[in-house]
Amino acid sequence: MTLLQIIRIASRALARNKLRSILTMLGIIIGVGAVIAMVGVGQGAQEQAQKQIAAMGSNILFVGSGTVSRGGTRMGWGATKTLVYDDMLAILRECPAVAAAAPGGMASAQVVFGNDNWSTRITGTEPQFFEVRTWAFQSGAPFSQADVDSAANVAIIGETVRKNLFGATDPIGQTIRIKNLPFKVVGVLAPKGSSATSGDDQDDTIITPITTLQKKMTGETWLRWIIVSATSRENSFTAQQQISSLLRDRHRIRAGQDDDFFVRNMADIADLADQQSQLFTTLLFWIASVSLVVGGIGIMNIMLVSVTERTREIGIRMAIGATESDVQKQFLTEAIVLSLTGGIIGVFAGLATSYIINQTLQWQVSVSPQAIAAAVIFSMAMGIFFGFYPARKAARLDPIEALRYE
Amino acid sequence: MLEHQERLRALAAADRRGANNIFILKHMATIPHSGPAPVIAIPSDAAVIRVEDVHKYYDLGETKVHALRGVTLDISKGEFVAIMGSSGSGKSTFMNILGCLDKPTVGRYLLNGIEVSSLSKKELAFIRNSQIGFVFQGFNLLARTTALENVELPTLYARVGKGEGQNRALEALRLVGLADRMKHYPSQLSGGQQQRVAIARGLVNRPAILLADEPTGNLDSRTSVEIMEVFQTLNDGGLTIILVTHEPDVAQFARRVLQFRDGRLKSDHTVKNRPRAEEVLRNMPAVED
Repeated sequence: MTLLQIIRIASRALARNKLRSILTMLGIIIGVGAVIAMVGVGQGAQEQAQKQIAAMGSNILFVGSGTVSRGGTRMGWGATKTLVYDDMLAILRECPAVAAAAPGGMASAQVVFGNDNWSTRITGTEPQFFEVRTWAFQSGAPFSQADVDSAANVAIIGETVRKNLFGATDPIGQTIRIKNLPFKVVGVLAPKGSSATSGDDQDDTIITPITTLQKKMTGETWLRWIIVSATSRENSFTAQQQISSLLRDRHRIRAGQDDDFFVRNMADIADLADQQSQLFTTLLFWIASVSLVVGGIGIMNIMLVSVTERTREIGIRMAIGATESDVQKQFLTEAIVLSLTGGIIGVFAGLATSYIINQTLQWQVSVSPQAIAAAVIFSMAMGIFFGFYPARKAARLDPIEALRYE
Repeated sequence: MLEHQERLRALAAADRRGANNIFILKHMATIPHSGPAPVIAIPSDAAVIRVEDVHKYYDLGETKVHALRGVTLDISKGEFVAIMGSSGSGKSTFMNILGCLDKPTVGRYLLNGIEVSSLSKKELAFIRNSQIGFVFQGFNLLARTTALENVELPTLYARVGKGEGQNRALEALRLVGLADRMKHYPSQLSGGQQQRVAIARGLVNRPAILLADEPTGNLDSRTSVEIMEVFQTLNDGGLTIILVTHEPDVAQFARRVLQFRDGRLKSDHTVKNRPRAEEVLRNMPAVED
């Protein structure tokens, strides 16, 4: 018998019990659909994280005032106040692998414009910040070094702040009040979306000169962070080492003592984000696979029922010359046709689900051709695995007994 | 009707010629053998079936059933043999052995010169496919499968090409006078027609023998005679037919009757004054409904 004939016979046998075949297939359809959609969600998240990190610039380093243990209590980020403006100047001066740097301070504040108010994060920095972060403006321009020197009341707002405070009004030149101080809006940042690493809305921020923030709002004299760009991506690790040893020196940390600061390299952050999203993808894949295995067990169940029901047919086929392997092939093919058809329909179901997730939740979902191929091959393997035992059972029937079976 | 009988005879006769040699060649080519080939050179007019002191035991745990207690007989080409006996006489077991569905526990069975008792399961399947045509009491057609496809089924297992298989199936359906029903499903056919389809299926691979197990058991008397007419016509064309029945009315259409009792062959006689089925039919009252 040719393969085509075997497939035809199998398809016909399945067509005889349409409802049963469809219900059995549904198990595989749901399983494969779930695998495709879930892996798509996972890979989408992974890609989005990578894209954001890449957009941020892979040569960026982040120096933060560190965590430190005091009396056995681990203090949070920014617990030490040892990172100062002079550290930044020293980094720029003494680390050859560093191209640019910008200091940072932070505060939370209520911002008022007319009758609207919005609670947001105030970041104080210097103009280089926008270059280091490669953050573009949708209107206006960054404040100048002169504004920093004079601690001018100027503000640059993020997209989320603009939307909430100004709506349709052009914010450039308008005056907003932050902690009861009037600030002139000089620029609006281009939207960046949520952060790849923390998930925060990066557009929900207001940026002012660091001097303004420290002198007029927080009263802090130390820096929360310094953002640094290395001369190249390859140099980011060298820069990290140079900064680290410079700061240990400047902060007089003895050998064996913990740093009172930390230096993160964007490549590390990218790796971390990658690991996290991979874990996420793997987890989703296994959860979805469980439903696929359940679908496979459904196939086995229905094939066993089918073998029992068709005992007489098997007897007839054997009497007129079907060998054990003919019978086995026939039932195995039925199982494979069931699972493979289910798998192919499942791919479309998965693609449709991905589309719906993308449209309703606005998540990036990316279904790779490899995932589709793997799902189809896997569903076929399920057919072979779960169809083998019933087919074997059919092939082992004694023709005399089978012919007598009522 | 006459025309189709003529054709039936011609085809059956053509099939007999040289079937042996072709079969042995095909068999040797298909199935690799270790040890001596189970083919014994026999003169072409020798017995198509030779059974030598065949015993069959069934081991049912505590009890041992002795179904056949030494049967020896020859059936020549072109014979029409009816096997009779009450239930438990061993005739079904004997039939299963003749049909290569079962093997004798002791003794030899040669089909067309081939020692069947030494063959593997796969080889037995091949023999059943190429040498034996089966006709069962319950017709045993595949449901929701057309008459033509049912008849074609053995050619699929014979690895005959699709076109060739269909031609043969159509030819076999013509032989039993059902070519016009080839697209019908078994549920759309009468019992007699279903049995004719089953006979056509038995003939499609041009077997050496046609084995019919109670072929009229599910049919009314008129249809039974019609089926016997088909058998007689095929036999006239040279086909060897072996028929198991417990109805003497049916057995009388055969040329030779074997009586089984208690696992032994009790009597073996030639039918005298064998009636022709078509004459019997003519004298039967027409069906009223």
